[in-house]
Amino acid sequence: MTDERDHLMAVAGKAIAAGEGPRIAAPLPVNAATISHWTEAMGERNPLYAGPDAVAPPAMIQVWSMEGLNRDPDRRVRLPVDDVFEALDEAGFTGVVATNCEHTYHRYLDLGEELTSGTRLTDIAGPKRTALGDGYFVTWNVTWYAGDEPVAEMMFRLLKFRPKTSATAADESRNVGAEAAREPYPLRPAVNRDTAFFWDGVREGELRIQKCGDCGILRHPPGPVCPTCRSTRRTHAVASGSGTVYSYVVHHNPPVPGLRTPFVVAVVEVPEGVRLVGNIVRCATEDVYVGMPVRVTYQQMDDELTLPMWIPVEA
Amino acid sequence: MGSLSRRTAVAGIGATEFSKNSGRSELQLAAEAVFAALDDAGLSPSDVSGLVTFTQDANQEIAVAREVGMGDLSYFSRVDYGGGAACGTVLQAAMAVASGIADVVVCYRAFNERSGRRFGQPDARVGGEPSSQGLEMSWHVPYGLMTPAAWVAMFARRYMYKYGATSEDFGRVAVAMRRHASTNPAAWFHQRPITLQEHQASKWIAEPLHLLDCCQESDGAVALVVTSVERARDLRHSPAVIAAAAQGSGAGQMMMTSYYRDEMAGLPEMGVVARQLWEKSGLAPSDIQTAIIYDHFTPFVLSQLEELGFCGRGEAKDFIRDGGIEIDGRLPVNPNGGQLGEAYIHGMNGIAEAVRQIRGSSVNQVQGVRNVVVTAGTGVPTSGLILSEA
Repeated sequence: MTDERDHLMAVAGKAIAAGEGPRIAAPLPVNAATISHWTEAMGERNPLYAGPDAVAPPAMIQVWSMEGLNRDPDRRVRLPVDDVFEALDEAGFTGVVATNCEHTYHRYLDLGEELTSGTRLTDIAGPKRTALGDGYFVTWNVTWYAGDEPVAEMMFRLLKFRPKTSATAADESRNVGAEAAREPYPLRPAVNRDTAFFWDGVREGELRIQKCGDCGILRHPPGPVCPTCRSTRRTHAVASGSGTVYSYVVHHNPPVPGLRTPFVVAVVEVPEGVRLVGNIVRCATEDVYVGMPVRVTYQQMDDELTLPMWIPVEA
Repeated sequence: MGSLSRRTAVAGIGATEFSKNSGRSELQLAAEAVFAALDDAGLSPSDVSGLVTFTQDANQEIAVAREVGMGDLSYFSRVDYGGGAACGTVLQAAMAVASGIADVVVCYRAFNERSGRRFGQPDARVGGEPSSQGLEMSWHVPYGLMTPAAWVAMFARRYMYKYGATSEDFGRVAVAMRRHASTNPAAWFHQRPITLQEHQASKWIAEPLHLLDCCQESDGAVALVVTSVERARDLRHSPAVIAAAAQGSGAGQMMMTSYYRDEMAGLPEMGVVARQLWEKSGLAPSDIQTAIIYDHFTPFVLSQLEELGFCGRGEAKDFIRDGGIEIDGRLPVNPNGGQLGEAYIHGMNGIAEAVRQIRGSSVNQVQGVRNVVVTAGTGVPTSGLILSEA
């Protein structure tokens, strides 16, 4: 994780240090036909952009340097930012979404002007946790020139993210926590002196079931008094960890804080004779069924909370 | 102490309109419903000596009393456990009247459940509190099992597994309720019936529950006036006599998550209520002409028909087939459209409909009604009533 970040930062650092890449010539000079197509498409009726003395609408600056539909990869000029995108793709940050774009115009462009553009990487930030997945924000700057005179600039920022791919959504939302800095999981149990033994056990990888210190009866959920013999002497048994799905739901709506839908919650019957509620993970939601054999697993939700969950025995 | 049976009656009913955004405070809604119920009975606020509401109601009895201009109160109480309180408020009012603690008691429920706090939305705070309820919720909330639909879906899945019921069987309940609502101008879903295909195509909320298995969310208020049968006879309408009223909680009871007791495919707490209702009223299911069955989620309508003894265990799917619970079926259920069709006022609008059925004044009147059974919220400690003609 740290190695990966170091590597990405090194590639980005080099690209930033390289400064502006080669200047690339716009395929066409500033011309009336392209301006007319653009103003028509945009519904722009400003008379400044029509007639023999027309100037180009500043907002169409990017149009002049667009490569067109039939771009030839062999003739494409390699830019410093390409190294960064390649490194991010290789590290699995294959998703992309644009986040910010700011234009600065120094002057109007006249018909016939021939432009070039140069691109430089300015920033990389991450890894950041986002709703789409973990990712890096990459920022670069494009300058358009007429001759050597800068006429316009653009800051562009996008997020390169690692799309979520685990077996179920419930797994995904939780597994992220194992890699990135852990955010506190919002769905926390209340714990008191009657229930602390259970949560202590989970942290130690044990599924504890309350056992009466006198009559020996097992009970879940636990409580302070044995309803069978009135004893307040409590011990616990450690469950074998196997179980059977007694009933289950697939939660779709509404969204639940801290989880991604759909996820499965089941009532699991264990051979010790009690039932417990927990998520079924590492299993497609449509594969869960009443009677499915499962075994317990322990999922660390954040720095403090571990929850017992259930996975199919076949897994 | 003698029996409570047939000593008291519901003498007045009142409600606000049912909406998604009332545009006024919950206290105002409560006051409006109380005025309407007193007007319906032909009583004035100064006649009232007791008030009962739900623990969950945000309007204190004294606030309602101030707003409607009531004087001295000798009885005020609350019933807990969400919608399970509905018929329990009438039970408490009846006990207060029958025991001479109060003369006229008003039961009310008022909320902006759609435009204000919505019960169906997850609330991470329901766990977290080391109260007995917080601890109980803590066995479920951390796994995201924290909405009423999901809590009920867990029972529904087991019910389907045990008895072979299907999502279409649940859908038939929704279709029936929307049919009834379609001819009830007070219903939110007035003139908007649905088909079973629409039910099946509606989005998943928590499998096996579709959106159309879940009741609506409503703003509104309902109030009921309870007094002695003798006094009720002198009032504006013929009394809806309280033949029986009961509360019920079962062994191993929890709030919506009683997953740890022997069998999840039934509602033992409703069985506790049902046994009392039949025993105390001296009536049987065959004496009932129409039933108000709490329908916050369709699957529990099936379980309740079984717990009440209208059919055997696992047989409700056959009982409701072919329009069995529709207005012209063997047991018309919720002629007002229920909470799926009319409004979700925590079961209190159903009690008002039961009173109208006894009076013969419902827009969807069932013919020859003498006795109506009413149930309250399911999956929680609950309550029930049998109302009879005088």
